[in-house]
Amino acid sequence: MADDDRDTPDHSVSRRAFLKGGALATGAIGSTLLPETAEAQLPIATEPDPRRSVVEMTVNGVAYRKEIPNRTTLLQFLREHLALTGAKMGCDRAQCGACTVIVNGRNVYSCTTLAVEATGAEVLTIEGLATGDALHPIQQAFIQHTGFQCGFCTSGQIMTTKAFLDRVPHPTEDEARRALSGNLCRCAAYKRILESVMTASRLMQA
Amino acid sequence: MNNFTYIRPATLRDAATQLGKEHGKVMLLAGGTDLLGEMKDDLRVPERLVAIKHLRELQGIRPGRGGVRIGAATSLVDVVESADVRRQAPLLAMAAEKVGTPQIRNMATIGGNLCQRPRCWYYRNNYPCFKHGGNVCYSATGENDFHAILEGGPSYIVHPSDTAPALVALGATVRISTGGRERSVPIEKFFVSPKQDPTRENILQPNEILTEIEVPAAPAGSKAIYVKEMVREIWDFALCSVAAMVTTKGGVVEDARIVLGGVAPFPYRALKAEAALKGKRLDQAAAADAGAAAVEGARPLAKNAYKVPLTQATVARALLSLA
Repeated sequence: MADDDRDTPDHSVSRRAFLKGGALATGAIGSTLLPETAEAQLPIATEPDPRRSVVEMTVNGVAYRKEIPNRTTLLQFLREHLALTGAKMGCDRAQCGACTVIVNGRNVYSCTTLAVEATGAEVLTIEGLATGDALHPIQQAFIQHTGFQCGFCTSGQIMTTKAFLDRVPHPTEDEARRALSGNLCRCAAYKRILESVMTASRLMQA
Repeated sequence: MNNFTYIRPATLRDAATQLGKEHGKVMLLAGGTDLLGEMKDDLRVPERLVAIKHLRELQGIRPGRGGVRIGAATSLVDVVESADVRRQAPLLAMAAEKVGTPQIRNMATIGGNLCQRPRCWYYRNNYPCFKHGGNVCYSATGENDFHAILEGGPSYIVHPSDTAPALVALGATVRISTGGRERSVPIEKFFVSPKQDPTRENILQPNEILTEIEVPAAPAGSKAIYVKEMVREIWDFALCSVAAMVTTKGGVVEDARIVLGGVAPFPYRALKAEAALKGKRLDQAAAADAGAAAVEGARPLAKNAYKVPLTQATVARALLSLA
């Protein structure tokens, strides 16, 4: 298959670096625009607002501590407060899987998890998979098989694959199909996603 | 989603003291897979959420003499993967595995699965129906493709839980606590018929917490299966589901428990099907008779008559697989 002759291309590294740089820049520039900062500039209330909480969690190995409204979902927290925009908002109703991240080793829908409930948790997002410029084998496999079309669901597909292969390193195709069933792909790239998962399983053993 | 006060109590007693006397203002948050969706759609606008998933008293699966005790805040994935559950009550593991997606099972709890609200689209779209304090069920004369064929009226919701039919078949008991006072209720009595009260699906009072599910071990010589029919093959709420447990002795059915999900406002025990099977050899004819008996008395609405033969066939097929 044509896909198989592609190695990890150099441009993917620069593209990723570009995206990451962009996200960080957005975080830095956007910091004066983010609601939390805007609210922080208001006069300090004498009573703590019971509808806000301080959350502390580790995301991709980095410890964070922030005060947020209680209704903030983990997805909003990652995207809007930490500028980690890899997890996507699709349905916002725990149905599509685009928001999937790993919390304490389990893949979950971050759109339907409150950030305050993740206090003390270890969170892993797509941004935490690569080691420096070296892509994670799952990322390599998805590129090798073009396990996507538009790419919107891909970070969720990859995070589910990560949680799954960490538990079941040598899955059958049927096990992989079931494990990935909570991640929809509107482009219906399912065949290539499945190939990516099976290849990732082999790459991770190598 | 409206903002709210979030309370993370240290103990079950602390959690209970936070609860009020009326439904809706203070709500318990466990896995959140149902409640947070309801809050996003403004179906529920609680002033205060009391988190309970982290409470040690509500966690874990404890094997004991003659069964397992499961903390209400135990994740469904832990129920599915528990060697104790698989050994003592495999029917429950089968049913729990049919709930939602892997992510849902990682997040959702078994107690929440029993207490989840119906999926009726009128309810979910905030129509002022019985469930929202109104005095009409819009599905009765409206779009009722997925509604009740048994025991419906005045509300025609179907109970959406997969674990509930399995737990009824197993004869489980639920423990309920106010923090100080405890009560145990056979799970069949936990669910409320809309004829008793169309606003709710279970007996929990606003100041009560479902704390534990006691599941007796399946009888020796029994076989069980959970079959779920859905619009889609891999995950959805049930069009109909069947939890069947059959105990045979010398090739003859000694006892049968057949409980239906997705067809009635509560997990529906098909007593006539159970009776039809007892004393018989479990073969194709007996399974077919039990299937027919299971839907005796069914009264489909305008658009869900298909559920009658579907349920009948699913019961027969489930039973035959145990032969």
